Amino acid sequence: MTTDEVPAVRMRGIWKRFGTVVANRGVDFDLRPGEIHALLGENGAGKSTLMRILYGLYRADAGTIAVNGAPATIRSPHDAIAHGIGMVTQHFALVSPMTVTENVILGCDQRIRLDLKAAQQQVSAAADRVGLSIDPRALVKDLSVGQRQRVEILKALYRQARVLILDEPTAVLVPQEVEQLFATLRRLRQEGVSVVFISHKLHEVMQITDRVTVMRAGEVVGAAETSRVTPTDLARMMVGRPTIGVIKPRTISAAQPQAALQLEGVSARNNKGLPALRNLSLEVRAGEILGVAGVAGNGQTELAQVIEGVRPVTSGRLLVCGQDITNAGPRRAMDAGVGRIPEDRHESVVGAMSVAYNMALEHLDEFTRSGLIDRRRLRQHAERLIGQYQIRARPDDPIRTLSGGNMQKVILARVLDRNPRVIVVSQPTRGLDVAATEYVRGKLVEQRQKGAAILLISEDLDEILELSDRIAVIYEGEIRQILDAGEATLEALGLLMAGLRR
Amino acid sequence: MRVILPILAVIITFALTSALVLMVGASPLEAYYHFLVEPLSSRVSAVEVLVKATPLLLTGAAVAVAFSGGFWNIGAEGQFLAGAVAATAIGLNMHSLPPAVAVPLTLIGGVAAGMAWVATPALMKTRLGIDEVVTTLLLNSVALLAVSALLNGPWRDPISQWPQSPDIAAAAILPKLIPRSRLHLGFLLAILVVAALGFVLSRTAFGVRLRAAGMEPDAARFAGIQVGRVMLTTALLSGGIAGLAGAIEVAGIHYHLIEAISGGHGYTGIVIATLSGLNPWAVVPAALFIGLIDTGSQTVSRALGVPVYLGEVIQATLLLVTLAVLLLQHYRIRWERRAA
Repeated sequence: MTTDEVPAVRMRGIWKRFGTVVANRGVDFDLRPGEIHALLGENGAGKSTLMRILYGLYRADAGTIAVNGAPATIRSPHDAIAHGIGMVTQHFALVSPMTVTENVILGCDQRIRLDLKAAQQQVSAAADRVGLSIDPRALVKDLSVGQRQRVEILKALYRQARVLILDEPTAVLVPQEVEQLFATLRRLRQEGVSVVFISHKLHEVMQITDRVTVMRAGEVVGAAETSRVTPTDLARMMVGRPTIGVIKPRTISAAQPQAALQLEGVSARNNKGLPALRNLSLEVRAGEILGVAGVAGNGQTELAQVIEGVRPVTSGRLLVCGQDITNAGPRRAMDAGVGRIPEDRHESVVGAMSVAYNMALEHLDEFTRSGLIDRRRLRQHAERLIGQYQIRARPDDPIRTLSGGNMQKVILARVLDRNPRVIVVSQPTRGLDVAATEYVRGKLVEQRQKGAAILLISEDLDEILELSDRIAVIYEGEIRQILDAGEATLEALGLLMAGLRR
Repeated sequence: MRVILPILAVIITFALTSALVLMVGASPLEAYYHFLVEPLSSRVSAVEVLVKATPLLLTGAAVAVAFSGGFWNIGAEGQFLAGAVAATAIGLNMHSLPPAVAVPLTLIGGVAAGMAWVATPALMKTRLGIDEVVTTLLLNSVALLAVSALLNGPWRDPISQWPQSPDIAAAAILPKLIPRSRLHLGFLLAILVVAALGFVLSRTAFGVRLRAAGMEPDAARFAGIQVGRVMLTTALLSGGIAGLAGAIEVAGIHYHLIEAISGGHGYTGIVIATLSGLNPWAVVPAALFIGLIDTGSQTVSRALGVPVYLGEVIQATLLLVTLAVLLLQHYRIRWERRAA
């Protein structure tokens, strides 16, 4: 950095603790005016925490912040906005029955009387300026996730943000939308806006950013001009060692002709009572992993729940190894041989109960003698699984005190220990660090080798591509197409996920 | 930590209420002595603390088990009254039977009536999803009015003409634990029920399912637990225990039904369950604590000649402060200067 350039944001010695976990330990961070700056790191490295501190969502335990060279006290998003800082988090804060314009001006309408027409023009002009194509009169509830993200960006710009923080903005986008977002970011850079781009996707960082700061375990491990580093350098900095992918045996292990899991014309409704699955059919054979790719909210959640036995189907049939378990409930699904690793870990464990109890919860009767819990068996079972699956926990620890990775391992252990014939697994590595991710993926491949039929639902396309033998693309509750892993490319999947047929 | 919290609560309550005590011309320190220490200083009044705690042990346990299982039973009061009515009805007709038969029948009647009283809201909850907080609460008034109707109608005492029932048969009366005191077998039964409940909740598969269904119904359902059925059982268990409390109060203390037979024991049960953190074992100290300040509030007014309601004000303040302290222990205060 040239010495005469005043950084748009300078953070020094930022500390943040959550209970016993240190999320940021003495972090220094500089953002130059008019640059796109990647904040790179694994999940849990402390990237989001640092930016939430900058935006006033968290308070730092120690450290200072300067904006444009002047010390700044930021104790709420209100203060952050006053300093010209805007943030688009992963969870959007939009009022869905209102229009785009109303959402954008909400909270900064100074006068009593609203001049909606003028506001609409302003919003429209701002959108055009940075290449965000959006109808200012559209209702937010009618917008796609990508469009909603644009509204969030417009909101920040309307509030005169000169620093824009984007927290994993591409996680919810299809590849084509990512391109549009990047075009917008380039326009913003031309206008002198500084952008913080939080990500753990190396190729995006290489593609769009000018500089990159890498974080690991709450500390900054390095900062560099993006053009002077290679993806391998960054990966090594991120994880502290070169990444090793799970090596999937290319030969389909025991590929048996018969389907272990069959869905025949299944329809189901979502929590709002609207159709979520429409006449969906698919088969998973023993010894294969069928990946389900799709943009979030196209019926993946409901698909998993139908097989897990916790969501009724309105029509169609569900067969496990020929046995009909349509609307039979979770108990019979499990008895038929379905192992279930759900999307939301917390939804399948009782947080206040111990690891040992949670490991036994699905089959409590096997740990019971004449109604009494056999605590020794419960404990031995837990100790065995803890050892076998390298879980960092004791049997008596309440499960809510475990890290995401260890909690996922508990669920994995509870399911895989029974060698299920069918495994339905959703977002198995969401929020896990690299080591835990590799472990979980390795275990799934191991089960495939043992002859389990695995339905893998994931929003992480890399995960789908890495693990699947076949890939089904789900769009609006239908399977659009099923591709062999060999013929599937990111681009092809992206088009199908966006609802386009080839 | 858990130990110093009640002490902290007493100190705060003292600070809050001393002005009131001073206003009626008494010394706050003296008042507190009578409130918290005096009841334990003599055998007679110490036993009275146990007597007062007896129904509270049961209603506290009833509410604790319901809340553990995710059934928000606000109707322990009504179930208590239903149990008292049934015990009276049975006890009035036990003249020809030996105590070994009459006493169990009377108590079982109370349990059954408590279960019956909670059955409707429980079924409405599990079958139709109707909020049990409202239904159980409303049924409390129905129970109280039913008691009133009975006492002003068929059961009105023929001799005194007071709105109270005739005495139940001597055979149905609970034996005393200490002669010439008011402490009766019901205290022992209450302790047994609480202990059994603690065991069931922590050591049986049923207890684990009940707690799982109460804490995380979605996770319990996911694990194949039939949450509706578990909740129904929980509700019946809770109502049965509350009904037992009503039966014991009739057969152990009053020997007849009066309108004030409960006087809010069912509601106090909610306070006790909350104080106990829904742990049956902790219901015992919580019920004894409330029994103590119950006894103390009477001692204070008698000893210092202050109005009875002053004791009640202090009691209510102490409860509120205790709950607040339990809740606020999870918070910390942070002072900071506003930047210019």
